[in-house]
Amino acid sequence: MIGAKDLGALLDTLCPMFVLVDDTGRISQVGPTLQKLRPRTPMAGQNFLDIFELLRPRSITALPALLSTPGTKLHLRFQDAPQTAFKGLIAPLPCGGGAVVNLSFGISILDAVRDYALTSADFSGTDLAVELLYLVEAKSAAMAASRSLNLRLQGAKLAAEEQAYTDTLTGLKNRRAMDHLLGHLISMKSSFALMHLDLDFFKSVNDRLGHAAGDYVLQQAAKIMLEETRNDDTVARVGGDEFVLIFKGMTDLEKLSGIAGRLIAHLCEPMQFEGSACGISASIGIALSTQFDEPKAMDILHAADLALYAAKRNGRARHRFYSELSDAGHTD
Amino acid sequence: MHGLINRAIQSFVCATYGRQCWLRATRAAGLDFDEFEAMLIYEADISARLLDVLCADLKRPKSEFLEDLGTYLVSHPNMEDLRRLLRFGGVTYVEFLHSLDDLSDRVRLAVSDLKLPDLELQEFSPAEYRLHCFAGLPGYSSVMTGVLRAMADDYGALVILSNDGGKGEAEVISIRLIESAFAEGRHFDLGARKS
Repeated sequence: MIGAKDLGALLDTLCPMFVLVDDTGRISQVGPTLQKLRPRTPMAGQNFLDIFELLRPRSITALPALLSTPGTKLHLRFQDAPQTAFKGLIAPLPCGGGAVVNLSFGISILDAVRDYALTSADFSGTDLAVELLYLVEAKSAAMAASRSLNLRLQGAKLAAEEQAYTDTLTGLKNRRAMDHLLGHLISMKSSFALMHLDLDFFKSVNDRLGHAAGDYVLQQAAKIMLEETRNDDTVARVGGDEFVLIFKGMTDLEKLSGIAGRLIAHLCEPMQFEGSACGISASIGIALSTQFDEPKAMDILHAADLALYAAKRNGRARHRFYSELSDAGHTD
Repeated sequence: MHGLINRAIQSFVCATYGRQCWLRATRAAGLDFDEFEAMLIYEADISARLLDVLCADLKRPKSEFLEDLGTYLVSHPNMEDLRRLLRFGGVTYVEFLHSLDDLSDRVRLAVSDLKLPDLELQEFSPAEYRLHCFAGLPGYSSVMTGVLRAMADDYGALVILSNDGGKGEAEVISIRLIESAFAEGRHFDLGARKS
C-alpha cells in the first residue's frame, strides 16, 4: 500500500488543491496551490474546520461525521478574509486513518486568480480553469462589441423616430406625432384643450409671391406659435396651412381665450419677405377633452374643426369655442 | 467576411496611417460607409477591394501590409484584449505555438460565426517548426507571420520566421527558435481585469 508521503507527492501533481486529513479532522498535508492562498499560515497541523467553514451539508459540524459519507459534495469557504469559496469532494483513505479532500474554486475562480495572483502553473494540466478564464474574457470582448453596436443602433433609431415625428419645413411636430400624443393623452385619461388653427390668406401669399414666400410665412408662423405656448404644449403642422395645438392639463376657457387672442394678434402682424409684404391672419377653433364623456381623438378633432369653421364664418381673425356652438355636446 | 476582420483592418489603418488614409480607401473602394461594425457580416469582395485599394495607395505589397496588420493585432495597445486571449494559449512560446492547432476552435467558442482557417503545427526539432495555414482566408498566412513575430516579442523569445508560401493545399510558415528566453517579454497576469 502507498505511504502517506508518496500519496502526498502523487496528489501534488494530480490535484494541487488537496487536503489530507487524519480521522480526528487534523490536516496532515495540503497541495501547493491551496497553501499558496494562505502563504503565512501553514495549514498542516491545524484543524480542517478551523481553516475552512463548511457551508453544506449543514447538518455536519465535525469532520469525522463526513468520513462516513464518502462522495458527498461539499461547499466550503475560508474562515478568514478573503472568504474564497470552494467546492470539495471527500474520499476516505481505503485503509482508514483519514481522508483526502479535493478542493476546486468553482465559479469563484475569477476572483481567486486576481486575489491570489495565480498563474497557469498553479492549476493541474487537466484543470479547465485557464480555458474558463479564456472563455470569460473572449465572451466579454465579444459582448462589448455587440453592446457598442446596440448602442449605435439605438441612437440611430431615436434619430429616425424623431425625424418621423417632425415636420421638416417648420421643425414642428407632424400629424403622426399629434395622433400619437392624442392617443396617449386619452389612454392616460388626461384632460387637455385642443386648438385647430388655420392661416387666413396663406393661399394668396403663395400664389402672389411664390412658394419660397409661402415657406417663409409658415416658418415664421411656427416660430410665433412656439413663442406663445409653454414648453409642455404641443404644436403640430397637420396640413398645408393647418396647425393643431394641444395644451395638456389646461381647461380654463379664459386662459385659452387669452392664448388664442395673442396668437392671432401676433400672426396678424405684417411680415416682410424680400421686400414684399405678406400679410396673413389666423382663425382658431377650440375643443376641450372634458366636454366628452368618453373622449375620442376623432371626436375632439372634429369638434375643434366645427369651431374653426364657425370662427371663419364669423369673419376670420377670431377664435370660437366648440362649447359656444349650438350643437355642442352632440357629437355626430 | 466577418465584421471583426474588416474592423481589424480599419483599426490598423487608422492607427498606423491615419483616419484620412482610411476615408480615402473606403471612398476609392466604392463603399457608402466608413465604419465597419464588428458584429455584422459583410460581402467578401468588399474586404478584397479595400485591401487592393489600400496597398495601391500605400505602395506596399499585400503580403507586407498583412504581416504588419498581424503585428499590430498583438502589439498595439488598442489590441490588448486580443493579445491576452492569445497568451492564454500557453506559458511559453513553444506552448503557444502548439496551441495554434486549436486556434480556430477557440475563436469559434467565443464568436460562433467567425470561421478562421485551420492551422497545423509540425515539430521537426525543439527548435524547428512549420505552421501550415490551410485555405479559406486569402492572406491569412501573412497575417499569421506578423502575429507569430509579435508574439515572440511578447514572450521574449528570439525566432527567425519565413513565409514559404503555398505548398500543396496549405501555405507554410517556417519557425526557427533561436532562444526561448532571449528577453524579458511582456507581463501576463491571468487575473487582470478592466476596472
